[in-house]
Amino acid sequence: MLKGKDIVSISDLSEREMQRIFSVARDMIPIAEGKEKSELLRGSILATLFFEPSTRTRLSFESAMHRLGGSVIGFSNPASTSLSKGETLADTIRTVNSYSDVIVVRHPLEGAARLAAEFAENPVINAGDGAGQHPTQTLLDIFTMLQEFGHVDGLKISLIGDLRYGRTVHSLAVALSYLGADVHLISPRTLKMPKHVIREMHHEPEIHERIDDVLRDSDVFYVTRIQKERFPDPAEYAKVANSYTITRKMTEEMKKEAIIMHPLPRVTEIEPEVDYTPRARYFKQAFYGVPVRMAILALVLGAIE
Amino acid sequence: MNEQTLKVQKIKNGIVIDHIPCGMALKVLKILGIEGDRGSTVTMAMHVNGKNGPKDIVKIEDRNLDEREIDKIALIAPSATVNIVENYEVVKKHRVHVPMQIKGIVKCMNPKCITNQREPVESEFTVLSEEPLILKCRYCGREMKQKDVIESII
Repeated sequence: MLKGKDIVSISDLSEREMQRIFSVARDMIPIAEGKEKSELLRGSILATLFFEPSTRTRLSFESAMHRLGGSVIGFSNPASTSLSKGETLADTIRTVNSYSDVIVVRHPLEGAARLAAEFAENPVINAGDGAGQHPTQTLLDIFTMLQEFGHVDGLKISLIGDLRYGRTVHSLAVALSYLGADVHLISPRTLKMPKHVIREMHHEPEIHERIDDVLRDSDVFYVTRIQKERFPDPAEYAKVANSYTITRKMTEEMKKEAIIMHPLPRVTEIEPEVDYTPRARYFKQAFYGVPVRMAILALVLGAIE
Repeated sequence: MNEQTLKVQKIKNGIVIDHIPCGMALKVLKILGIEGDRGSTVTMAMHVNGKNGPKDIVKIEDRNLDEREIDKIALIAPSATVNIVENYEVVKKHRVHVPMQIKGIVKCMNPKCITNQREPVESEFTVLSEEPLILKCRYCGREMKQKDVIESII
């Protein structure tokens, strides 16, 4: 179903294809945990081209490939590559395509992954292009919710923090609305979800400015990092960052089944004490990146139908 | 000869771009690369009273338009008609229309879009809406309104 497919944007995937990825990811969990061994992708080579730093995304892709018996080549420091000599991305991609079977690319410029997909014959997976798309993050976020609740439709999901620049929340908001979730947006006025994203959503989300408005009845709190550099005035940043922090005290008012998610890295937006409450799921969520990416690699390489 | 014809003289051979929204005639000339310093004789009339209200008209002698140029006109003057004149007669008349895909004629306004780098690709947009005009970059996803498009025609 997904053999040879590029995954550049979440909208490249039909709901059926997403369900297929989730179902394969579920089977991959014991292998991702190291409890079972697999040689499913033995002989296949993944190229990871990270033109921009990343910890989780790159390592989880590499872990996914190794867990399935495949090999990994690539770089995470473009300064040491021919890119620094002025090579075009198109040329880098054409070359790397001939050294590997699947390419994962992260690039600071928007639309870079679409371009890479055009120049590579093998499948290209977007691991984030500038402020653009990051579809595998969206998939692992939805997978986490499915693992926790068994469904997404009808869940009250509150997206909190920087909804303007945070690249993961745009495609997540759109995908969740199509899957029937009740999406709520909570952000400072200056970091609101862009209108074009709201226009793409299946139905109009509810917009709030305070976490308190959704604290008692949300099923999922999806918290994102508010970046200091978005605020010219440090005092203004401190004020905003403070009012969008999840505290241990707040978790006591949440529903018993509610979970807190975060794409990580986290800075101050979730108090460290929250980690020890039954609400915290962000580390579990980060782990799910591995089985989801294993499923994607196995499917686009055609090792699994 | 009526007053209107006196204002905008008939041409022998060439094209007449009619029903241009008011104030857009200069932009039409700009995107066609006509500066008036050489080549064809150009006549332009702005804010002319027409049957359906005021409009601009551009007449260019001894010149043809290719498809790419007609597409460009459609982006800034979707109501325009292009008349081909031969020996003082209109031999062909067609309304411009905005194509579904716009390739290579508009530059993406997002400076961080990959198409604005030294890469071997042409810009490409999907038309989300014709009226009002909204284009979406196929690469970075940035949406552009007509005002931005006019500034970005290549």
